[in-house]
Amino acid sequence: MTTIHEPEVDGLFAALPMIDEEANRRLHSRLIRAAEQAGLLDVSYRTIDTPVGTLLLAATEKGLVRVAYEREGHEEILERLALEISPRVLHAPARLDEAAKEIDEYFAGRRRGFELPLDFSLSRGFRRMVLAHLQEIGYGTTASYASVAAAAGNPKAVRVVGTACATNPIPIVVPCHRVVRSDGSIGQYAGGVDAKKILLTLEAAA
Amino acid sequence: MTSRFGQPARAPRVTLPPFEEIVTLHGPTVLRVCRAILGPVDADDAWSETFLAALRAYPDLQPGSNVEAWLVTIAHRKAIDQRRAEARRPITVDVLPERPTPSEADSWDGDLWAALAALPPKQRKAVAYHYLTGMKYAEVATVTGGSPYAARRAAADGIATLRKTYLKGDTR
Repeated sequence: MTTIHEPEVDGLFAALPMIDEEANRRLHSRLIRAAEQAGLLDVSYRTIDTPVGTLLLAATEKGLVRVAYEREGHEEILERLALEISPRVLHAPARLDEAAKEIDEYFAGRRRGFELPLDFSLSRGFRRMVLAHLQEIGYGTTASYASVAAAAGNPKAVRVVGTACATNPIPIVVPCHRVVRSDGSIGQYAGGVDAKKILLTLEAAA
Repeated sequence: MTSRFGQPARAPRVTLPPFEEIVTLHGPTVLRVCRAILGPVDADDAWSETFLAALRAYPDLQPGSNVEAWLVTIAHRKAIDQRRAEARRPITVDVLPERPTPSEADSWDGDLWAALAALPPKQRKAVAYHYLTGMKYAEVATVTGGSPYAARRAAADGIATLRKTYLKGDTR
């Protein structure tokens, strides 16, 4: 925001710092604490660095609601969370400590399954059902789009399964990367084919 | 129909940005305003109350509103509440309120605060709202009440006094 200073008063308020990083940090943590106590922390988020790039993690009071790859555009993802869940979106890393810890362990090869509460409110209907079935595909194994469609109760819905995987709001934790083409080729992935390969290679090695 | 903060009712569809953006964008300015109207000690409390209240009300804010004016309005009310609470507070306090370690800037020039504190509250607020934010006198008047002319007058008087009291003999 541009501040319209009359030139002659410039300097009058020089003693009042424009930017006070320390105070900003202190007040931000105080706001997070107060928001949490008041039940106003609708969406909290943080980022973590992983072998597949920086991931954005977002959670509601119900649980982890979004994991986003860098290529999806983190800022845009936050804007969409503000629109689709609540504009009360705050950077509150501590609220995502457990999720970050489990994802770290997963990439270190020390974790085969996640024990995180999940919030599926970003997907609906059949897509949501598909996501539930994805969780049945075990670590280190893969399933075809067709078999997931059959498991979800609609063998013809292969294409919808593809869409459900592509729009999975909680990738990695909900393992859409374990769904591959019937011919054995790797198929698409929201995080990019390279990320999918990294995940499958990691799980095959462990 | 326009809302209080000048948002036309038929605006192009805009959405509210994540609240974090509001804190990043306007937090420093609101802190400066709080420091100027309440002094270094009470500014933290006022800022915190302002942003918690803003967070609570945020989903109902009309997208495209003047967020800065909205926050200053809340801060203005919180400052009044704080002053009232202080007037009621008993003089002897056994337990001092918890104060976080002050940052370097918390001890901002005591002379400036002394000069600001000596101004009549109306002048101090008009000066802070107009000169520390991007608010025009009409917007300042919406917050403080009274006419834009009165706001301009209060700010001009305040600045004139500050020049005499604070900048007088200033050799820096």
